[in-house]
Amino acid sequence: MSENTHEDAYLEVTDLQVQFPTADGLVRAVQGLSYSVPLGRTLAIVGESGSGKSVSSMAVLGLHDRKVARISGSIKVGGREIVGMSEKELEGFRGGGAAMIFQDPQSSLHPYFTVGDQIMESYRAHTKVSKRAAKERAIDMLNRVGIPNPKRRVDQYPHEFSGGMRQRAMIAMALVNDPKLLIADEPTTALDVTVQAQILDLIADLQRDFGSAVVFITHDLGVVAEIADDILVMYAGTAVEHGPVKKILAEPLHPYAWGLLESIPALTGDPQPLHPIPGTPPSLLALPSGCPFHPRCEFKDRVPNNHCTTLRPDLIPRTGDLGRTSRCHLKDPDQVFELEVLPRLP
Amino acid sequence: MLLYILKRVLSAISVVIVTLVASFALFFFAPTDPAGVICGPRCTPERIADIEQSLGLNQPKAEQVLLYMKGIVAGREFSSGGVTQHCAAPCLGYSYTLGQPVTKLIGAALPVTISIVIGGAVVYLLVGILAGTIAAQVRGTSADRFVVGTTLVVQAIPYFVFALMIALYATFLPASGYTSFFENPFLWASGLLAAWLTIGVTNAAAYTRYSRASMIEALGQDFVRTATSKGISRRRVVYRHGLRAGLTPVVTIFGIDLAFQLTGAIFTESIFGLPGIGLLALRAFNQYDLPVLMGGVLIGSVVLVVMNLVVDIAYTALDPRVRLG
Repeated sequence: MSENTHEDAYLEVTDLQVQFPTADGLVRAVQGLSYSVPLGRTLAIVGESGSGKSVSSMAVLGLHDRKVARISGSIKVGGREIVGMSEKELEGFRGGGAAMIFQDPQSSLHPYFTVGDQIMESYRAHTKVSKRAAKERAIDMLNRVGIPNPKRRVDQYPHEFSGGMRQRAMIAMALVNDPKLLIADEPTTALDVTVQAQILDLIADLQRDFGSAVVFITHDLGVVAEIADDILVMYAGTAVEHGPVKKILAEPLHPYAWGLLESIPALTGDPQPLHPIPGTPPSLLALPSGCPFHPRCEFKDRVPNNHCTTLRPDLIPRTGDLGRTSRCHLKDPDQVFELEVLPRLP
Repeated sequence: MLLYILKRVLSAISVVIVTLVASFALFFFAPTDPAGVICGPRCTPERIADIEQSLGLNQPKAEQVLLYMKGIVAGREFSSGGVTQHCAAPCLGYSYTLGQPVTKLIGAALPVTISIVIGGAVVYLLVGILAGTIAAQVRGTSADRFVVGTTLVVQAIPYFVFALMIALYATFLPASGYTSFFENPFLWASGLLAAWLTIGVTNAAAYTRYSRASMIEALGQDFVRTATSKGISRRRVVYRHGLRAGLTPVVTIFGIDLAFQLTGAIFTESIFGLPGIGLLALRAFNQYDLPVLMGGVLIGSVVLVVMNLVVDIAYTALDPRVRLG
């Protein structure tokens, strides 16, 4: 079965490295990241700011400036290799076979062009149609993402839209070419909570209709539970835990994932103090030795011979649990979770 | 929009009236002797009284201001030695030294100044915006450093030194002089070429830097990344999405700058011998030719107010979020 998902994978990232040479040294934003997403499934990439989740996803569309970023490894979309693709080839690929939704629709839509104009531009970049046909298509798409009165809305500017409507328009723009791969980079972070749920439903609905592969980047585990099939937890530029969402949320194996769960405030019962993860994410210029998470890990003393501070753990499959991998030296993480972490969870 | 323009025109008129009264007070309360200037050193008191009578200089100052304004709106009569001359509206009086209606003098000089300033602006906007946009795209490379370095050198040279250098050394340029555009567009352009070049090159340096900074900011915006992610060409991303956003701050600076350009044209006019408003005003100032000076101030304020209005309206065309009201 593992072999099977591999072949079906529409997006396949293998040993991806993204580095930015700066005056202060080499920033290793993504190191050895591998994952795959088949058509019709949603992978959630979860992590703090600076964990490399956005950087790795931008690399999938080839959005990094070549003069600034060094990218190696392999990114295959529908069998085509993206790493090393020429700018000309990338132009044909971006927005057609793969599209992206960005975090803040306020700043991601051009303030000086009408919403319809921006959707039409995306459509006409990949399909040779008349302006009139493209406008019909734009109205269609606005209708599809649930914007009332699309015939009037199509000629309005982004500032005449509300935040949720803007994100809907952004989604319409991303989906106008029926992309097989959709990357959503924190699409609900900038929105009101009530609007968030609507946008999540919309993305889920559209995915069902279009049957595309979706990569959903977020730092919100609540969102993950709602939308994802699989989950990839990133820390300091690498995957620390990867597997089906139900299993990972029920029984995570990595101390960082435990920390994320503990940081979610409880909405019921008496107010409890939050348990944030101590410390801050490490500098990508000078990563800690051994496991990059060890300075913040309360369980590092459980591992003998100071392995956590000296040896970088591998991403290893969990025995007897297909499709789950974790990057931790702990021998019995499931027991530690059940006995020590679970009782503390809100 | 129409209502807004109407409001702006009304407020513009009041600005012009205030400028007019203020400059009138400034010049006519000054201890000058207009009648003496007109009549010359060997003048009889009777002749002076006659001149003062004909120009209304013997009347109270407040009445003189009103008379002046009435002349602008409805025209006025000047009678001297039994001969009455009608000065049609908008009448700004007669030049003391040239004996011609000020309106006519300004009418001849204004197109010269406007030709110089607008032509120069076309040169520096084209060169500056293009160079700035290109530098922004190759930011940090040696090409970028070359562009920035060149602008620094050009900006370090005083404007009039640059104008003198062109006048003295760029002898391959056609001779300077003013021919009306409607008379002969080719001569018009060739006669102004040296002036345009001077204004163009000296200001292009500043505009290159404004545009470069503005484009660097624009190209870093999220919506430019969105445009790239659509799969359109880099050229389209830069010149449609980036430039559209990067241009707005440059237009703002241009609007403010244009006022200084109009007054600064005096250098260009005197160095290249072009009979514009600046030269006219300078000569009037040296000869106490108050009506001409007043006319110069008036036309200057009108041009300024009109330019501001044009820039504000251009702003709404550039940025749909700006709604005038």
